[in-house]
Amino acid sequence: MAEKEKLTIVVFSGELDKALAAFILATTGASMGMTVTMLFTFWGLNIIKKNEGGIKSKGLMRKMLNFMNRGGSKRLKLSRFHMLGLGTWMMKRLMKESNLPSIDEFIAMAKQMGVKMVPCSTSCGVMGLEQDAFRSEVESLAGAAYFLNEARQSKVTLFI
Amino acid sequence: MKADHTLDCVGLYCPMPIVKTAEKIKQLKPGEVLEIVADDKGIKEDMPAWCQTTGNQFLGVEEEGGEIKVYVKKKRP
Repeated sequence: MAEKEKLTIVVFSGELDKALAAFILATTGASMGMTVTMLFTFWGLNIIKKNEGGIKSKGLMRKMLNFMNRGGSKRLKLSRFHMLGLGTWMMKRLMKESNLPSIDEFIAMAKQMGVKMVPCSTSCGVMGLEQDAFRSEVESLAGAAYFLNEARQSKVTLFI
Repeated sequence: MKADHTLDCVGLYCPMPIVKTAEKIKQLKPGEVLEIVADDKGIKEDMPAWCQTTGNQFLGVEEEGGEIKVYVKKKRP
């Protein structure tokens, strides 16, 4: 085969359902032999924040933001029918009953398949997030030029 | 249809049968046939599409009851 085809996904949203859609497409793309890059920006950063410990950031407003908007794959909510956690809990149960991997498992799977998960540097700057806010599977921060250069060479580009 | 290897994907939804197929096919020798047993109907469209993209050969589908069997022949490198 000639050069591998590329799939680039911008993950802007930080909800469970949208994260699921992004990871299903990313892992399928990798299974199809594509080179996959996921750029996480704004609320999407919550998906790849580490689950344990606190998020360190400087300044009162950023501290407040990262306290209220803690993130982490285990804290994601549904975009609809969250219902104070009941809806999300039920959806997670249904996913488990259907043998669907959790977001955590999807992240590990994606990493193993060579999917690159990149946090957007501008969002990180604004929100006061450093590399240590993220899980170990995540690549180093990059910006819009990196994304556009990837997207330019991609057969498929998605914004979720 | 005769197969050299079988992959059980019963009870799994998209994308897991495809992900597992991609993983499994690495273990096969070129020309060997992999049988994938599944019950998610999507596989009937997904597997030919996966084959078209990866260059492996899609041999066909067999259905009995709710069980769907699809056959893939590994390509030459």
